[in-house]
Amino acid sequence: MALKIVVLAKQVIDPEMPSSAFRIDANGLRVALPPNLAPVVNGFDEQAVEAALRIKEAVGDAHVTVLSAGASFASDIIKKPLAMGADALVLVEDESLAYTHDPLPVVDTLAAAIGKLGRVDLLLAGRQASDWDNAQVPIGLAETLGWPVVTLARAIEVTGEVARVERVLPDGHEVAEVLLPAVVTISNELGNARYPNMRGIMNAKRIEATRWRLADLEVTPRTGVLELLSLALPPQDRVTEMVTGENDADAGRRLATRLREEKLI
Amino acid sequence: MASTHAILVVGEAAQAGLFPSTLEAIAAARTLGVGVGLLLFGPGVEAAASVAIRHGADAVHTVDAVVTVEETVDLVVEAVRRFEPGIVLGAKEFAGGAMPRVGFRLGTALVQDCTKVVLDADGRLVGTRPVYGGSAVATVRCGSAPAVASLRGRAYEALPADAGRTGEVMPFEAEHAADPRVRVVERTERQAEGVRLEDARIIVGGGRGLGGPEPFAQLEALASLLHGTVGASRAACDAGWVPSSYQIGLTGKSVAPDLYIAIGISGASQHLAGLSGARDIVAINKDASANIFKEARFGVAGDWQQVLPAFIDQLHELIDERPEGG
Repeated sequence: MALKIVVLAKQVIDPEMPSSAFRIDANGLRVALPPNLAPVVNGFDEQAVEAALRIKEAVGDAHVTVLSAGASFASDIIKKPLAMGADALVLVEDESLAYTHDPLPVVDTLAAAIGKLGRVDLLLAGRQASDWDNAQVPIGLAETLGWPVVTLARAIEVTGEVARVERVLPDGHEVAEVLLPAVVTISNELGNARYPNMRGIMNAKRIEATRWRLADLEVTPRTGVLELLSLALPPQDRVTEMVTGENDADAGRRLATRLREEKLI
Repeated sequence: MASTHAILVVGEAAQAGLFPSTLEAIAAARTLGVGVGLLLFGPGVEAAASVAIRHGADAVHTVDAVVTVEETVDLVVEAVRRFEPGIVLGAKEFAGGAMPRVGFRLGTALVQDCTKVVLDADGRLVGTRPVYGGSAVATVRCGSAPAVASLRGRAYEALPADAGRTGEVMPFEAEHAADPRVRVVERTERQAEGVRLEDARIIVGGGRGLGGPEPFAQLEALASLLHGTVGASRAACDAGWVPSSYQIGLTGKSVAPDLYIAIGISGASQHLAGLSGARDIVAINKDASANIFKEARFGVAGDWQQVLPAFIDQLHELIDERPEGG
């Protein structure tokens, strides 16, 4: 019986966009999408896809489904996990999923989608999404599904019904064994996600995404618990004092003196 | 013998004493109101409990044991049931990431990673949190009862100790059992090598411009002179010059030092994402147009190989002149 892995992947604004292009909408609640900047798959989620593919390569008989919820998708972007080697893609599209500052409706939506997928053994996700930096949805799903959750994995192996997870701690690491079905979030310390190769890209073109609306999931997500009051650029009042000297060494000495004068050291 | 607290802070202590993040959470709670109860986890927490009282807690409930994160969540939820607080506060790092679980278990979502928490006119919790890797700041109101929020490290300063403060310290007794489905089979503590990046007041960061692993010895020397610690950009970690645990940035650690000294770091948004909490940045980079200078309060556009040794020498002189206790 194939091991069924679901990987959560979110489409986000490219976090490496130049900061000068980063703007907030006039309503003060959303980021204004730069017209010529393509979104990306959340980098942490790409690492979760990588983790799933490594497990699949190790166990042989496994099936990897990528699941994403959002208001709308750029299909060439969200298909990247398929090009990396995932087997299937399920997209839950609804305008209400644009405001993902609140994890609750996302959790409810994804829990219903996972219910509709049938048997799932392992749910993987990146440690956080690079837009709202919330790091909550996978944990909320575990609570909702009643599954155990292990966070911040840097390595994961599956043997039979048990996942062996090496997790990152602030001051070291630990190995946890968790009984499936379970949720595991993936730390950036897992390592880089693979690049799609030509064969993967051709394969991805042949796979049709399954598209669901909220109505297909028969779910009414909880909304309004976390209310976004404002979204703003951080205050930018910094003036940079460039310290110079007769030569670089002299500038270094003067820098030390300036820092001392300003009581920074 | 249940008491009631308007605000329940959850915190941790170890042999070395209270976690700094626990004192910060107490300080944050005290800005919201009085009636701050602390649920304190860790082996031998009795001594730490009285420290917490002096630093602002009104009462401390101790769980004097090493418990799993699953048991921690169960115990916090039980404490919320007994004490009926309006607000639950804890450090983002509390119990290895237990706060989101506490939130969901209480039927709400947590306001995560706040740099500030306030109450609105109706007494509802409003959290300020950096989002989009620090490119934006969101204010989020939590409409649930209780409201649950986690705090970013070093967003609040611990209150000064007040030897005159008194409060009750009592063990918190409740049933708890580890989740049999999750078993920790191995644990490796890294040898304590000084200050953790997340707790550091001064961080010296190195990047691609250093050109190799060797210069990090000079960064370590500078950090140790300043009682700080060393971090790095992704480029330096990816190149294998330092372990990935040094990494500051979007895919590394978020830090909040008073002073960040960036050496050979260009200032990619990837790196700056981890620095949104830094109070002052000083940059040394040979490219005068490097992005890091836009974020810096002081900068030197020069070759670090010339700048840094002279900078360190001068610091030695200045610091040696420092009067005792200064």
